[in-house]
Amino acid sequence: MELQYWIWIAVGLSFSLYIFIAIRSRASSTGEFYVAGKGVPPIANGMATAADWMSAASFISMAGIISFNGYDGSVFLMGWTGGYVLLALLLAPYLRKFGKFTVPDFIGDRYYSNVARAVAVFCALIVSFTYIAGQMRGVGVVFSRYLEVDINTGVFIGMLIVLFYAVLGGMKGITYTQVAQYCVLIFAFMLPAIFISLMVTGNVVPQIGFGAAGSDGVFLLDKLDGLHRELGFHEYTTGKKSTLDVFFITAALMVGTAGLPHVIVRFFTVKKVSDARKSAGWALLFIAILYTTAPAVAVFSRTNLIETVSNQPYKTLPEWFGKWEATGLISYDDKNNDGRVQYVADPATNELNVDADIMVLANPEIANLPNWVIAIMAAGALAAALSTAAGLLLVISSSVSHDLIKKIIKPDVSEKGELVAARLSAVGAVMLAAYFGINPPGFVAATVALAFGLAAASFFPAIVMGIFSKKMNKEGAVAGMVIGVLLMLFYMTKFKFGWFGGGTEKDWWFGISPEGFGSFAMMVNFLIAVVVSKFTPAPDQNIQELIENIRNPNDE
Amino acid sequence: MNKNDTYWKTNLKYLVILLSIWFSVSFGFGILLADTLNQFHLGGFKLGFWFAQQGAIYVFVILIFVYIYLMNRLDQKFKNDK
Repeated sequence: MELQYWIWIAVGLSFSLYIFIAIRSRASSTGEFYVAGKGVPPIANGMATAADWMSAASFISMAGIISFNGYDGSVFLMGWTGGYVLLALLLAPYLRKFGKFTVPDFIGDRYYSNVARAVAVFCALIVSFTYIAGQMRGVGVVFSRYLEVDINTGVFIGMLIVLFYAVLGGMKGITYTQVAQYCVLIFAFMLPAIFISLMVTGNVVPQIGFGAAGSDGVFLLDKLDGLHRELGFHEYTTGKKSTLDVFFITAALMVGTAGLPHVIVRFFTVKKVSDARKSAGWALLFIAILYTTAPAVAVFSRTNLIETVSNQPYKTLPEWFGKWEATGLISYDDKNNDGRVQYVADPATNELNVDADIMVLANPEIANLPNWVIAIMAAGALAAALSTAAGLLLVISSSVSHDLIKKIIKPDVSEKGELVAARLSAVGAVMLAAYFGINPPGFVAATVALAFGLAAASFFPAIVMGIFSKKMNKEGAVAGMVIGVLLMLFYMTKFKFGWFGGGTEKDWWFGISPEGFGSFAMMVNFLIAVVVSKFTPAPDQNIQELIENIRNPNDE
Repeated sequence: MNKNDTYWKTNLKYLVILLSIWFSVSFGFGILLADTLNQFHLGGFKLGFWFAQQGAIYVFVILIFVYIYLMNRLDQKFKNDK
């Protein structure tokens, strides 16, 4: 059967499933809209969290980025999984015990201050918007690549679907669609990975396969290191970045993960404290399946790419090469007119440019898998983008309707009124996200790193100290958050956009890249908060009791 | 010392132990000591590289499940003592 038909079937079926689930799980109260009525079983919440977390970038781009950066790609692997240990041990159980709806709820109540609440809302909105624009764009890109429609049409279709189930079902609808989306995306990612592992190493488990030897008896990684040296690339298994920078970037991604509001809020949806811990365990297990496979895929496709194209006559290259060349993701320029592909590190003689996304997208074709596998890949990529977009959307709408309207602007709003406001702000947020998806601001790529840095520099210290220190007061927390965020914004805009005089790699403070600076800003946040709290009054007795209460896992 | 304090102290002890392991496998073995560990091999993997791209993630998953087990046991004991 034609590939296009298969893709329409896979995408159509998966979308119908999401809509069906949404209709079955409509939200009828604010509790259901914000936190799914606090009745989600831990395994389901683990899957929902995994889908919420793994975005279009994790699904499509990550393996490719690792493939081109080798060891340096480890920052994403450790950074985006290690954060769950922090979440499970330091945040999730206590925030669940606290038992309200949002992250600004906790900050505002714990620091007995609407200023703190407003700062938290501001951070939550910035982080979520920078993220969601990328997701809507991702939906558009997947549509345009697989279904040959215009990117904007793709964004529009994606927007309608998310709008439908997020507005109707709120957190309750989102949770159960995310469970379905996890199943779709993990199946779509693993199937080609397993086949390619079999093809290259004869081992069915990719995680083991990439440490094994190929048919020639040479360990795959040794072979790849050798190929890299031969062509002038940096050795695959060792790093090019400085150890200090790798350290800081990994830390920023870990702490940022633990501070992302759309991830944290998922732990508000379970029944009890012990379920919050269990959900974090399940979530990381489900995430780890993809995250331990991605580096294997990276090695297989890197080796495969080099062996297939390097120094081969252009005319004899396989069919997939020409197909992806047509999309502009691969480009070949025969600089020395010998009709062969010179793929080398030196830009002066290199003739081949490959987009990182190819490494996952072209996998099924490289492994000669049937068309229906490609169709499932398309559905999987869409599932990854939509699930993350929906989770972010909910954070945005609850920040507006709950934290701003109910808690700050108009506290006497009825529950019905708040629910209407929640739905309206979800609609507004989708439209704004779609606008950014269609007219992507040039800074989207740069701001994803900014989102992690901001989350690390703002929320994480305030929440952790709110739980683990009884002395931390509103003056300290607010000063820490404000200075942490401003410092992060300053550094990012200086080195990414050239504001404040700009600067190059040589001007980085202590050699820390903007991607890793979130760790530094976080430390500054902690330090300022502690110092300021020493010179200002300690929190009241009732706050001390609140802290005692969230530390105690029992329900009463 | 009252029971809430004992519970909290035990919890903090678990956190310190588990987070030390968390730090060692990722920032330690995967980053700071990666070059040294790369002299050793685990099958076709250099050991430092393996920790950075595989091992650390497995340990993270195990750490959370160990924490779940420890805390459930502690919660149970805490409840019985009441």
